[in-house]
Amino acid sequence: MKVLALSGSLRRDSYNTKLVHAAARLLPEGAELELWDRLREVPPYDEDDDVEPAPAAVAALRAAIAGADALLVATPEYNSSIPGQLKNALDWVSRPLAKNPLRGKPVAVVGASAGAFGAVWSQAELRKVLAAMGGRVLEGGVAVGHAPTRFEGDHLVDTELREQLAEVVGALVSETAAREASRVAA
Amino acid sequence: MSTTEIRQALPTGIWYLDSVHSSIGFEIAYMAGAFRGQFREVDATLEDTRLTGSAQVASVEVKDENLAAHLQSPEFFDVERYPELRFASTDVEGGDELTIGGEITIKGVTQPVELTGRANEPLTDAYGRERFGLTLETKLDRTAFGLNWNLPLSSGEPALSNEVTLAAELFFVKEA
Repeated sequence: MKVLALSGSLRRDSYNTKLVHAAARLLPEGAELELWDRLREVPPYDEDDDVEPAPAAVAALRAAIAGADALLVATPEYNSSIPGQLKNALDWVSRPLAKNPLRGKPVAVVGASAGAFGAVWSQAELRKVLAAMGGRVLEGGVAVGHAPTRFEGDHLVDTELREQLAEVVGALVSETAAREASRVAA
Repeated sequence: MSTTEIRQALPTGIWYLDSVHSSIGFEIAYMAGAFRGQFREVDATLEDTRLTGSAQVASVEVKDENLAAHLQSPEFFDVERYPELRFASTDVEGGDELTIGGEITIKGVTQPVELTGRANEPLTDAYGRERFGLTLETKLDRTAFGLNWNLPLSSGEPALSNEVTLAAELFFVKEA
């Protein structure tokens, strides 16, 4: 089982990228997580450019999602909402909606922020966007508030938050396994 | 007075659906008016007044393929997990209207439902086969089946009604 992960923050020491690494360590055996780290290369969405061949980074992201069994997105919160570059990349992936690679795919959202609330509004808006794209969006999330105090290196050291993250990762894996089983049966 | 004789009971025997001429559709209030769609692939059988039927979610027909994709997504019917809508009758009652009680299954949720409508008197078609028509309708709360998508308007009111009308126009042909 392959889980593709996106971190909505581009900076080198991003807490959300650390959160993805922390999630990777909580995956059960047989599941692997790959961080898609080319988000900064995605150009601004322009319908004039939305033709074949797609811009290289867009084609790579579409292929990465198509090749994965599930998606994990870790998002910060910019002005109470989704970071522009992350939303922009999802807008590219979503077109055309009826054929986009996220359709039916299990997806979980988590988030970290330096403030108290752990990107809860951004996570909620991201779930709405991913559901509109046709993803099978899991309800549970993890809100890592006061992020600078929660990590050592890329290890999430808060036990309670780590348990919540394990729960989300576990639910994503179960949902994906259930989907695979039903597709084999069908 | 109608030129078609209205029959307030279902005919006996085994009847199969003429799916080409039949339709199973829905109507729902969406912002300014009623929005309608239908399922292209439908099936039904009437066997000694027990009615069963199904519609394939993947065959939902609306005027835009992206809208069809949205209806098939987990926010609505979730075609991948629940590819079929099903109905099975449990009882039939005559009267001013024909009333068919039964169970409907949408998105994996089964609920009791009452369909009302009329059945036409069987007639013999140009090829010597017996046919009759059955028109049925019911209203459902889509949220009872987990079809919860909505969008708040600036007034605070939701864009999409919870109440949906399901309407079936069924053409049956008697088993040869």
